[in-house]
Amino acid sequence: MLLINCPFCKERNETEFVYGGPVGVDRPDPNAVADQEWVDFLTLVPNPTGPVFEKWWHARGCGEWFVICRDTVTHEILESPDEKS
Amino acid sequence: MKNHRRLESGGRVDRSKRLNFSFNGRQYYGFEGDTLASALIANGVKVIARSFKYHRPRGIIGSGIEDPASLVELLDENASGNNLATTVILKDGLKAKSINCWPSVNFDFGSIIQYFPKLVPAGFYYKTFMWPNWHLFEPSIRKAAGLANAPQVPPKKGHFESRNAHTDVLVIGSGPAGLAASLTVAKTGVKVFLVDQNSEPGGNLLSSKLFINKQPAIAWVDDMVSELAKMDNVTHMQNSTAWAYREHNLIIVNEREVDNSSIIERSWRVRAKKVVIATGAIERALVFANNDRPGVMLASAVQTFVNRYAVKVGDNLVFFTNNDSVYSYIDDLENAGINILAIIDSRKKIPDQCLSRAKKIKVMANSILKNVNGYKQVRSINVQSLDTGKFETISCDLVAHSGGWNPAVHLHSQSRGSLKFNEKIAAFVPNKSIQNSINIGACNGTFALAEIFKETNQLMSKLSGEVKSESREDNFEVDEQHYSIEPLWSTDLSDEKEKAFFDIQNDVTYDDIQLALLEGYSNVEHVKRYTTGGMGFDQGKTGNINIIGAIAEQQGVGLDSVGTTTFRSPFTPVSFGSINGVRQGSVVLPFRHTPVTKWNLEKGAFMYEAGARWRRPGYFPKKEEGFQEAVNRECETVRYGVGVYDGSPLGKFELKGKDVGVFLDLIYTNIMSSLKPGAGRYGLMLSDDGLIFDDGVAFRIDENRWFISTSSGHSDAINQHMKKVLTFDRPDWDVKITNTTNQWNNATICGPLARQLLEKLSTNIDIDNEAFPFMTFREGMVAEIPARVIRVSFTGELSFEINVAPRNMLKLWEKIIEVGNEFKILPVGSEASHVLRVEKGFLSLGHEVDGTVDAYDLGMGWLMSKKKIDYIGKRSVNLRRGEKSKGRRELVGLLPHNPNEAIPEGAPITPKGKKVGTEGFTTACVWSVVNKRWVGLGLIEDGHSRHGEEACIRMKDRIIRAEITKPIFHDPDGKLLRS
Ligand SMILES: [Zn+2]
Repeated sequence: MLLINCPFCKERNETEFVYGGPVGVDRPDPNAVADQEWVDFLTLVPNPTGPVFEKWWHARGCGEWFVICRDTVTHEILESPDEKS
Repeated sequence: MKNHRRLESGGRVDRSKRLNFSFNGRQYYGFEGDTLASALIANGVKVIARSFKYHRPRGIIGSGIEDPASLVELLDENASGNNLATTVILKDGLKAKSINCWPSVNFDFGSIIQYFPKLVPAGFYYKTFMWPNWHLFEPSIRKAAGLANAPQVPPKKGHFESRNAHTDVLVIGSGPAGLAASLTVAKTGVKVFLVDQNSEPGGNLLSSKLFINKQPAIAWVDDMVSELAKMDNVTHMQNSTAWAYREHNLIIVNEREVDNSSIIERSWRVRAKKVVIATGAIERALVFANNDRPGVMLASAVQTFVNRYAVKVGDNLVFFTNNDSVYSYIDDLENAGINILAIIDSRKKIPDQCLSRAKKIKVMANSILKNVNGYKQVRSINVQSLDTGKFETISCDLVAHSGGWNPAVHLHSQSRGSLKFNEKIAAFVPNKSIQNSINIGACNGTFALAEIFKETNQLMSKLSGEVKSESREDNFEVDEQHYSIEPLWSTDLSDEKEKAFFDIQNDVTYDDIQLALLEGYSNVEHVKRYTTGGMGFDQGKTGNINIIGAIAEQQGVGLDSVGTTTFRSPFTPVSFGSINGVRQGSVVLPFRHTPVTKWNLEKGAFMYEAGARWRRPGYFPKKEEGFQEAVNRECETVRYGVGVYDGSPLGKFELKGKDVGVFLDLIYTNIMSSLKPGAGRYGLMLSDDGLIFDDGVAFRIDENRWFISTSSGHSDAINQHMKKVLTFDRPDWDVKITNTTNQWNNATICGPLARQLLEKLSTNIDIDNEAFPFMTFREGMVAEIPARVIRVSFTGELSFEINVAPRNMLKLWEKIIEVGNEFKILPVGSEASHVLRVEKGFLSLGHEVDGTVDAYDLGMGWLMSKKKIDYIGKRSVNLRRGEKSKGRRELVGLLPHNPNEAIPEGAPITPKGKKVGTEGFTTACVWSVVNKRWVGLGLIEDGHSRHGEEACIRMKDRIIRAEITKPIFHDPDGKLLRS
């Protein structure tokens, strides 16, 4: 079970949080992109190994969304991907 | 029966505390300090179990968690399925029996299998039971290969419990390394947790007769333990197994023998800043023919039974080894009166230190134990000299073998730490730690006591720096110890007819491993799965490395390149009760109640769980009244009089900020921003993939304040969705969201008499239809309670949703019932409201909205704004409809030709009722009180253009024919709800 550092509540157990997926590309202007680009935005979710920025919701806590950088191999939670030794 | 194999003195058993117990129906006794295994040996019981596949008789092999054979079932108040006799603490009145044998352990019918070994080769199940279906064979195989049955009686009184703990340092293992480490760290003042699976601290020192500082080692252990006990910052628990190492240094510890008789077991979730793993090492077996006969034991187990439990395991012993450790047992065993006949050592050159300890004993170098004779008991062994090739037979009743020592790297490996093969000790040792943990002592490959203390001191001083304090220097003077090994993964069995086991628990033989390799399974994980070697409750603790060694030898590579199989939790078996803790029944997810729940129960309501754990009344049956009568009565009350419904579980949010209007326009499909204060609108929320997410209403309070309501089961998801959009997509928008689900309760009065009732309740709101029209809200007093009254309708009748603070809800409710008495008011349950909404064709998430339909399919295209350039879901709906707008399943009404025939909800509709693919299904069907017939809703292909046609609902044995209609059966123009 991860220990997730909520910027508002500090370190809390993973059970209090809801995973919201990796930070991907921003939602494109739906009127400005081609069909395929829109479908890609909805369906191509990055899932790399190593440090990844991802969204978490502190559902059983402050109720806020935030971003952490987590190494998907070691579960290490980093300040930024560069911190990785 | 007598304790005839108990030694006169010595050991850690208390001979003044006699404990009676029974095994397979026979009475025995042992002493406090015994395990079931040591007590059985003391009573001369040799056959404990029958093996998994071949039903061979099995005795006790190890002395602790490593034992692969001695599974027993505990009965009566200790009832528990599969327990190792070597880890069951003896108690007075304990009852146990063997498993895997029928009719008895001494005559087992299944043992006939062993005479037909070719019947059950490796991969047997995979090869044999492929066709037509594994499930056909499963029950009889389960019976043949079965473990114990689940207990027939519940466990003793009490409950399981879970606790969370936070500590600076968690030390796992209270052997010499763990104790020394704990004290060193504890003296710096940080918080220390020390856990150990054994009933007593001391680890290996409990079984050996070593000296520390010229004192027996056990005195040193006592000193350390009493010093730790004085410190407030130390929590020390024995009988506590760290069985799982999870992310971010979360270790799960199972505590047994809890110091509180009402707790059966306690599960600790320990979060530690630093973990010190000091889990010791586990002796591994040697592989030779009939190495599973009762009387063939691990050498360390023989020493433990003699020194710790004071039982004389046998009279005439032969050692078989490839390393030094057995030589240090010689004195202890001889002092106990055991006659050591020979030491068979597979090494050509045996170290002088070993030979000097065995001066009076026949040591046979470069020899192997070829075969064991005897069936339920060792009678003799055959030994072969590899120098001369000659055989010799030695009569004996005990074989003690040692294939070396495996550091217990399980937890390190679970933490994702890597391993490397250490040639010097011929074993895998920890390489790199991934989490904040270190390994010390035998689990790190350091076996000699002097080295263990040295290493512990070095590592602890480093660690102490990390936990902000200075270290201390301890110098322990200890006996000289030496260890060397030449690996012997298996004796040469190429022309051996008798079985030789790599994995005794799973009956995996030398032949099985050879067959797997021959058939091309070269990866160690595949060999494991194909042969089942290393599976089961012991997870191959004594045999796995031999399998890896055998693969390496066959492939001519090092063990490093073969690698190990993945070490998984649990390290040792854990009861489901402990994992579960107190989370049973309604405690798993507590029910949510409204202030009216108690009133509902008193009025005899039949309660349902109605999404998001809300407990709601389904209907209120009168005495001797069935379901349908009760529901009809409630429906008629709403249609022709007035009913009251507890709508408190509805999800409710208040939104504030200057951008709420545009925000609502983004998350709803229709336009909300144009609403005037006091007015509201029904709306649909989609997700960006175009699917319907929720429906609800939005009202504007003033320029910058709004409130919305959502379906009860979805309020959490809506909250998550709204905040996600605001945080990541529109961070610059000024919108604050407050979840007010629990701040507002409501009683909804509905029916043609609702206005008269509200008037009688007395209110200062002008409730005239002109002054307070449909889809508006007003604030004021109702029955002297501050209230927000909303004109929405989920029933199709004139309705007032009276929202009040929870503290006033019951008062309001009781007032409504009291004043409503003259209107013959009734409380309405969720069943009646389901009927009422189907009569009106109002959609319900989970019924008509199933993740494939869009608003157009539901006939609600008017809700999909054409004016807004963007809202969530718009692009995807248009994209999908552009691809395929024909052949979509659309919402229709279904009127069965026979008005008294109900269509089961979910029933499939096929073209002309043929046995072909479906063209739709029935989403709901209810008895309509206004139409006096069954009416249904369904989704059917191109339904909107098929009104008047016939739908054929295909049942198993018949076809129900129904007319396709508009999906509305009551007040199609909506005059009543606006009245
Ligand atoms: Zn938080």
